[in-house]
Amino acid sequence: MFDLDLWREIFQSINKNRARGLLSGFTVAFAIMLFTILFGIANGLENTFDELFVKTADNAIYIYSGRTSKPYKGLQVGRKVSLYNEDFEHIKNEYRNKIEYITPKLNRNFQVSYINKKGSYNVIGVHPDAQHIEKVKIKDGRFINLNDIKNHLKVIIIGRLIEEDLFGKISAIGQYINLEGINYKVVGVFTDNGGDSQERLAYLPTTTVQQIYIGKDAVGEINLTYNRKMSSDEALTFGTDLTKNLRKRKNVAPTDQRAIRVNNMALQTKGIETMTGGLGILIFIIGLGTLIAGIVGISNIMIFIVKERTKEIGIRKALGATPKSIVSIILIESVLITALAGYLGLLIGVGVLKWVGPSLKEYYITNPEVHPNIILTATIVLIAAGTLAGFVPAQKASRIKPIIALRNG
Amino acid sequence: MLEIKQLHKSYPIGDSHLHVLKGINLLVKEGEMVAIMGSSGSGKSTLLNIIGMLDHADSGDYILDGLPIKNLTEKKAAEYRNKFLGFIFQSFNLINYKNAMENVALPLYYQGMKRKERQELAMFHLEKVGLADWAHHLPKELSGGQNQRVAIARALAANPKLLLADEPTGALDMSTSYEIMEFIQQLNDEGKTILMVTHEEDIANMCKRIIRLRDGVIMEDTTIKQVRAKQHV
Repeated sequence: MFDLDLWREIFQSINKNRARGLLSGFTVAFAIMLFTILFGIANGLENTFDELFVKTADNAIYIYSGRTSKPYKGLQVGRKVSLYNEDFEHIKNEYRNKIEYITPKLNRNFQVSYINKKGSYNVIGVHPDAQHIEKVKIKDGRFINLNDIKNHLKVIIIGRLIEEDLFGKISAIGQYINLEGINYKVVGVFTDNGGDSQERLAYLPTTTVQQIYIGKDAVGEINLTYNRKMSSDEALTFGTDLTKNLRKRKNVAPTDQRAIRVNNMALQTKGIETMTGGLGILIFIIGLGTLIAGIVGISNIMIFIVKERTKEIGIRKALGATPKSIVSIILIESVLITALAGYLGLLIGVGVLKWVGPSLKEYYITNPEVHPNIILTATIVLIAAGTLAGFVPAQKASRIKPIIALRNG
Repeated sequence: MLEIKQLHKSYPIGDSHLHVLKGINLLVKEGEMVAIMGSSGSGKSTLLNIIGMLDHADSGDYILDGLPIKNLTEKKAAEYRNKFLGFIFQSFNLINYKNAMENVALPLYYQGMKRKERQELAMFHLEKVGLADWAHHLPKELSGGQNQRVAIARALAANPKLLLADEPTGALDMSTSYEIMEFIQQLNDEGKTILMVTHEEDIANMCKRIIRLRDGVIMEDTTIKQVRAKQHV
């Protein structure tokens, strides 16, 4: 029920007691503003974190081979260990359920030229899965497919910056570029969030590289990503398992770090998980702390307000005000002020974040912002706290004998 | 109009009790103007507060205009105060952020009267106490006498059966006191029943009946010849 007269009473009371309104309004606005800013900054830190670790997949495992550093089963130190197609297939089949994507990686530096422009670029022989492991985004055309692998096709997928270097403004798709004497058809151009160096790469089918440049089926290194359903602990176990298996298969001492090396990103992921977890707790504590400070502030003010209005309450009661009307006039006033001030604090906080946000990038804070729902919840919590804090003394004041209230005036 | 039988009231003081009213019997008829006198601590203010439903008696009967006043809920007490009683206090007790007219209109607000009506009625009563020109002034912009007249207008606004005054001239100088008393006498002449607590003999003599309290009992109850305040102004 809308009672115009009640609202008139409330607005008059607010209007004529500005200091009181400003005091409680300021507390709430300040609490919400602080809450927004601190929460925003904490979120910004988390954003930076996320951004730093997106260059390659965070669930990747890299397998490298080298020369043995320990004698084993009569084999001498310094023997060169290489990974071949059969090793690749073995891993792929053995761990079918634990692997998300897998590709061999044959790295070579080539002089690449198109008409009269040329440059030296890193070219990698890969399988189609590499697109997902390297987090490559296709800009034009396509990535390597199984047909390329099967038929040893001379196709190439180049980075955005190679296209820019060699082709300028025209599209590279369908053109032929020369890799030290052999022509390759450009079938795709990609972009990569990992930075410029990641966009000055080119990808070939592994089999093409093996056939033309190596002459045997060595695969260089093997990259894979593990199934995301695994926890980081399970992924770590998978990594050690894989290492043991490969060392045994390649007749390498089980402790030989140089011959077969497995680099498991799960280790890093676990560290990041712990850190983001810690950050989350920090954010929670910050939010809770600011809110509690705000609640304590508004509670104090409400108690003070009711105390200050005791005489007025006595007068009103002597003139025929019911306890209910006393409680509602005090509470509506406080809720009104808290809600308005909370909204104001929210606007200021969001404004500050928008204003200083971009300049905080160098302090590892990216896009500091707070989800509106979180702020809304915080404001509601503050209003509820203010109401509760006001309700108890207001209820008490409404029960006070008018004569006592009047005497204290 | 007002009937009180064997009224007792005591206040707890530490472990013991202070027996303030020890069996008061009182009958006030319509149109009377009664002064309750006594030294401080005699129980005169307590009696007035109980009559004003601002305080509860421990035992005894209190009947106001045929209605027994007993075990009232807060809501009922608020309603009765609003309908039956008008208060005039020593310290005026106006709401400091409301102007004269709004203060006078407040009891009408609690009666649920419409804004326009209650403003008109408030203006009517302000005119009656001679303050129509001051309707939009705040209490702090008015003199003590003017404030008390606003308070009287407020007490009259709801057209109560009984007017209760607690030292109405206590905070005023001599000539203003007489001015206020002249008003109150005028109201009595028009038929309002008035109960007043005072410790000033000259003010009491302007009523029609004086009740003297001592140690919680009525010592003396005399009807006197009223002194008209007009003679002093």
